[in-house]
Parts: sequence; C-alpha cells; structure tokens
Amino acid sequence: MIDIITSILLFLGLFFFLGGSIGIIRFPDFYSRLHPAGKLDSMGVLLSLCALALYTVKSLTMGNFLTAAKIIFIVSFVFITSPTATHAIIDAGMRAGLKHWNKNNNQDKKEEKP
Amino acid sequence: MTEKTKKASPARSNGLQKWPRLSYLITFVIMCGVWVLLSGRFDAFHLGFGIISCMTASYFTGKLLIPSTRLSSIVHTWFNFIIYIPWLLYQVLVANLHMMYLVFHPRMMDLIDPRIITIKSRMRSDMALVTFANSITLTPGTITVFANELGDISVHVIDAHSGDALPGEMEERIAGLFGE
Repeated sequence: MIDIITSILLFLGLFFFLGGSIGIIRFPDFYSRLHPAGKLDSMGVLLSLCALALYTVKSLTMGNFLTAAKIIFIVSFVFITSPTATHAIIDAGMRAGLKHWNKNNNQDKKEEKP
Repeated sequence: MTEKTKKASPARSNGLQKWPRLSYLITFVIMCGVWVLLSGRFDAFHLGFGIISCMTASYFTGKLLIPSTRLSSIVHTWFNFIIYIPWLLYQVLVANLHMMYLVFHPRMMDLIDPRIITIKSRMRSDMALVTFANSITLTPGTITVFANELGDISVHVIDAHSGDALPGEMEERIAGLFGE
C-alpha cells in the first residue's frame, strides 16, 4: 500500500520537475522563465521528498523516524531558500537594467505585421 | 552588530520584559531539539557535547532568533504560524497547477502578459515583510522584485489577473500572524 502511494507521489513530483524544465525552455524572457524555475521545482521537491520520507517510515524504528524527520527538514529549508534565491536572481536582473518582455514591444509580432 | 542589538532591545520591548533570559532559553531548547534530531545518538558523550555547543551558540544568537521577550507574543506568533502553513501549502498547490496549465498550453504566448505592479503594504517589521515577500513568490504567477522597510513592494506578474488578489487575504493573515 505504501509502495503504491510512494510511486504515485514520486511520479507526480517528476511530472512537476518536467513541467519546470519545459517551462524554462518555452517562456519568452529572463523574468518569466524564473516563474516555472522557482515554483515548479519547489513543488517537485515537496512531492518527491515526501514520498521518500513515507517510504523510509515503512518499518517504523527510531532511526527511520529520525531519517524521515531530516527529509522533512530539507523540504522546509528548500521552501525558505527557493523564493529567496528567485528573488535574488530577479533583483540582479532589475539592477542590471534588463527590460521585461511584454506583448506591446514583442519583436516577433512587429516583424509579422507588414 | 551585538552592540546594536543590545542597545535596541530595551527600547523595543518597552520595559515589559519579565524574563530577560527567556529568548536565550527558547533558542537553547530549539537548538537541542535540532541537535538530537540530526545526531540521532542518545549516549552521554554526544548529548554532553550537544548541550555545551547549544549553550555557546544560544549565548551568541539568542537575541537574533527571538527579539521579543514577552511569552504571550512568542506563543501567539508560533501558534498562528503553524495555522498559516497549511493555507500557504494550498496556495502553493494552486500556483503550481496554474503554472503547469500555462507551461503545457499550446498558445502559451497569447495567455501570458508579464508586467510589474507596485503595491503598498502597511506592515513594517522585518520578519513580517520577509514572510510576505517570500509568500508572494510562492503563490500564483507572482515574484517579488523589490521590497523596502516602508512597505513598498514591486511584483512581477505573469498574466493580467494573477496580481488581482494582492495584497488582499495574504497580507491580512501575515499581519495577524505578527500582531500588526
């Protein structure tokens, strides 16, 4: 039973990681690429590490419980650091003066018009 | 740094502090918990080293982790924070499903409309603003670009209606959390 739940959670986590990777490729500019990179990765980490923690406590001993608690610790640290790192990157882009992409000054559409 | 915190603390707590050592004690207890969790050994040798190093570390960092020394406000903040976490996780789930929808949509370029909006928060304390900025980054289609201590926050939103909910409910919850 726990094996099935673990597999489902792992596959969902990998699906979120896949979405994050595809999003980084598909989105148009620096700032919007950070949206999938920052969010989908933290969700993937949450799901896959929860699966690992659940698999660890399948046979409940003290050592296994401590290992699962450490894994949950890792999740909470990722949830603090991931938005902070995303903010640091986007702030660096702003300070360097990079303009963000929007629909009105889209280069491709201007070329298509005439 | 330490001189500054020592000077600032009596003014901040306004003479209301009953037990000045309480923040050191709470830091010590939390550190001991983390030590036991990470070492996983319960013999006298490891526990003794843990207690010595926790006392040293809490002596240096006690005022940093918990600046307030009033027991009621500490309990209030931590209790509300535990209530806040499930709501935040639900918001993160909604954010991720929305982002997955955008990533796998064939006409993704028509759906997104990135822009930068500025909001004004009425919160002033460091921890409240940091929590607010990180929560904005975790929730639907928004990333915090800039924040200062006056409560001005710039947010990069991925499509037109992602920023409608800001500041809204999240600010209410965080303001209640830190008692502002």
